[in-house]
Amino acid sequence: MIAALTVLAAELPGIATDVAEALDEHKSGGLPQLHQPDFGPQLFWLALTFVLLYVIMKRVALPRIGEVIEERKDRIQRDLAAAERLKGETEKALQAYEKALADARTNATSIARQTRDSLNAEVDKERKAVEDQLAKKLADAETSIGATKAKALASVKDIAGDTVVSIVGALTNLSVSKDELDRALTSGSDK
Amino acid sequence: MAGHAAENHGPMAQFEIKRLVPLELFGYDISFTNASLFMVLALVLISGFLILAMSGRSLVPGRIQSIAESLYEFVAGIVRENLGEEGMRYFPWVFSIFIFILTLNMLGMIPGSFTVTSHIIVTFALAAMVWIVATLIGFARHGVGYLKLFVPDGVPLWLMPLIVPIEIVSYLIRPVSLSVRLFANMMAGHTMLKVFASFAVSLPVFAKVFPVLFTAAFTGLEFLVAFLQAFIFTVLTCIYLNDAVNMHH
Amino acid sequence: MDPQAAKFIGAGLACFALIGAGIGIGNIFGNYLSGALRNPSAAPGQFTNLLIGFALAEATGLFGLLIALIILFG
Repeated sequence: MIAALTVLAAELPGIATDVAEALDEHKSGGLPQLHQPDFGPQLFWLALTFVLLYVIMKRVALPRIGEVIEERKDRIQRDLAAAERLKGETEKALQAYEKALADARTNATSIARQTRDSLNAEVDKERKAVEDQLAKKLADAETSIGATKAKALASVKDIAGDTVVSIVGALTNLSVSKDELDRALTSGSDK
Repeated sequence: MAGHAAENHGPMAQFEIKRLVPLELFGYDISFTNASLFMVLALVLISGFLILAMSGRSLVPGRIQSIAESLYEFVAGIVRENLGEEGMRYFPWVFSIFIFILTLNMLGMIPGSFTVTSHIIVTFALAAMVWIVATLIGFARHGVGYLKLFVPDGVPLWLMPLIVPIEIVSYLIRPVSLSVRLFANMMAGHTMLKVFASFAVSLPVFAKVFPVLFTAAFTGLEFLVAFLQAFIFTVLTCIYLNDAVNMHH
Repeated sequence: MDPQAAKFIGAGLACFALIGAGIGIGNIFGNYLSGALRNPSAAPGQFTNLLIGFALAEATGLFGLLIALIILFG
């Protein structure tokens, strides 16, 4: 036990130098990131560059980009609105065109019908006139035929009377007057 | 020591800060280091790119302009989704955070360059800024009522002594988790790339192709991580801001 | 024990944290995928949440990895 302690005691300075060496190594070798004397310059330059960067970004760079993007957005919005308007107009024009077309079609049909109707009416009128004329001519012809017939019939009576008078005269040597004959004929035809 | 030989080529050598122009201000060290160089480079690249891209201001964007616009729309989308239209007030700030971290991450992917975001002090400063700004906005908008954030709705009263401390701790730990996430991702990725690349040196000739192929594939993944971490940092910034602005819990 | 050896063992132990991260990330992507296959139309809307969940799960693992790196190189 004592021997062990004395050995330890003898070793102690050695361990101490080991630790000291290790610490020394830590100071010189060490992790570069934990080397404290380097902190000052890094912080100073970081603050300087970051503040400058922030000011440049805020004052110059970002407003420019934002402006352009905003402007483009506006422009696109405007263009879209214009396109929408033009589309509306096109639709209106199309509707107007279609309406005009339909109107023209109905117009055309009505004109055609009118023409047909008027033509029909004219034809009817003319036909009627011709028919009237024909009917009148027919009636005239009939009356004239009737008159001629009556006249002819009258003439036949006269001729028959004359013939009877001459036959009676030849056969009987009697002279029959016309009035007697007429009486006889009418009474004979009355019986 | 064994470490000395590897000091200049070890996987951690890429994170070392080198003072390019020693400067001092009121007794404080403000030397222009390689980290400062890349921060300034990022600032110049971002500003130059965005201003150049928008110089035309054409209604029909060209190639560069549409990149700038899609960056804008991307971050604006995150802000709108988390904070609503009202949150667009904070958009320039969120955009600056996103584009700064993204550019620093991407610059770090160039072989031989320096990754600023692989330093805990940088990421912690950014996260602390986010946390402080969010907390200030919260107290400015809701006054003392902002403390209600630590008292979630619908929790039985007897659970409160347990829940409230947890909520407070989780709120206080936010800058730590936010910064460590970014820092550890960038550092682990770059360390791993370096470790595997060093295998290409130490392995026998016939096996050298495997670490090279792996490194190439892993570089692709690292690009994804570089973007993803910038995106996550931005989304979480918006979520913390949303807590402060709208107090939805 | 040799302090160097203890360092390496400690670093290795710290990397156990990545087990949890692996399980967590696998869970998130697996559940996202099964949800997305059930209802593909709702999937794009949850992509941001997927990435947030991934980042949160990954961060816990990376804390462990960070400890390992600090032990190894710190």
